[in-house]
Amino acid sequence: MKPKRRRLTFVLIGMGLLGAAAALVLAAFRDSIVFFYSPTEILAKALPAEQRIRVGGLVEEGSLEKVAGGTVRFKITDLAETIPVTYTGILPDLFREGQGVVAQGRFQEGVLKADEVLAKHDENYMPPEVADALKKSGQWEHMKDAMEGAGQIPKGAAK
Amino acid sequence: MHRFANPTRFMRLSAALLPWTAGAALALIAAGLYLGLFGSPADYQQGESVRIMYVHVPSAWMAMFCYTFMAGASAVGLIWKHPLADLAAKATAPVGACFTLLALITGSLWGKPMWGTWWEWDARMTSVLVLFFLYLGYIALINAFDDPTRGLKAAAILALVGFANVPIIKFSVDWWNTLHQPASVFKAGGPSIDPSMLAPLLLMGVGFTVYFLWVLMLRLRTEIVAAKVRALRLRQVRSGAPATPSGATPLGAKG
Amino acid sequence: MENLSQLLEMGGYARFVWPSFGLTLAVLVGLLVVSRRALKGAEAELAALQSAIPGRLQPADTADEA
Repeated sequence: MKPKRRRLTFVLIGMGLLGAAAALVLAAFRDSIVFFYSPTEILAKALPAEQRIRVGGLVEEGSLEKVAGGTVRFKITDLAETIPVTYTGILPDLFREGQGVVAQGRFQEGVLKADEVLAKHDENYMPPEVADALKKSGQWEHMKDAMEGAGQIPKGAAK
Repeated sequence: MHRFANPTRFMRLSAALLPWTAGAALALIAAGLYLGLFGSPADYQQGESVRIMYVHVPSAWMAMFCYTFMAGASAVGLIWKHPLADLAAKATAPVGACFTLLALITGSLWGKPMWGTWWEWDARMTSVLVLFFLYLGYIALINAFDDPTRGLKAAAILALVGFANVPIIKFSVDWWNTLHQPASVFKAGGPSIDPSMLAPLLLMGVGFTVYFLWVLMLRLRTEIVAAKVRALRLRQVRSGAPATPSGATPLGAKG
Repeated sequence: MENLSQLLEMGGYARFVWPSFGLTLAVLVGLLVVSRRALKGAEAELAALQSAIPGRLQPADTADEA
């Protein structure tokens, strides 16, 4: 019985230490694990102009405009701050106004010149009829609240 | 506990269970595929590409489930020196590696049209790739030792150390900004998937779990039989009998 | 007929949906086949060894092999 107890304590203590070490490492690298920054976070930082950066948020309703030559202009918002973006290229299928998006590029005179635009998906899955019914019955806003709670869209974005 | 984990008992139990798990796995996966491909609606945003979820998500669940099982079995093997636990961990690794690979590739096939990229180094995707490498490392480590018990012990320690990655995978989408969306099924407040889509997803999830049990029993039986073969060969060498290549019968042997 | 081609098209996502399902099935079936074959091989080897060894040495716990 003795060696078994010893091995058990050894494994438990080892796992505990390992968990603590992992937590410390993750806390230390917290900033570099983040995939994108919200407009508020970007504007709070003083960024060197040549730095490539990812901005994430919602495509502001009514901000999408097509310019000649396949270039699009839109604004990324977290409903506190907005950042204007220009992009030339193919947009992903999920890209649309009001939808989560991550744009990567460099700032030029306050405009993010994106070389990559990725759409984000949320955790809601439903057939189109259900989505329509939800919108009609006014429950859509409830769902936006739920999305916000899950960190899908920035805090305050659904208000 | 020892009573149930003894190899002879396992051989008897698994022989009885094998046809049932095989039948159940095939039926569940067939039903899940039918509902997933034909009997469920397209998504309001993703269209028909939502169907990839029915293979991607269960694969990802199983990738984590297999690793958790493998780490648990490794702990039992290390602490209680249970031979069956070590072998169960060894038998699980290739299955888990297959599910992880499927989760990565099907995720990529969904990400290209929906997100606009095959791959991004976000926290969820990177940690699942690390999981895949942990499985490969575990398999390599077992095979790196000539002495099977020492190989199993070293690999068990790796499995336990690597277990730290499992909660990171699960909660990566909540802890950090990621491209990957948060959980839809196992989350506070209930699933945010329409029942018509949840049904094929759960069928596939349960089907994959039973499939795992099926293959696990096959592989564990293989490990036990192989251990018996090794023991017999050793006995043969010790008793001075000529070594027999498999299939050959030495002179003077009684049938 | 129209239904079938509609199904195959997958709303324009055919080249992502079908490979996902095909690959999943191929990997799962492949793993199953490899695992079964390994078991049959090991069982054949054990049977050959047991028939080669004098009866006195036959371990009692192989009786449930079937």
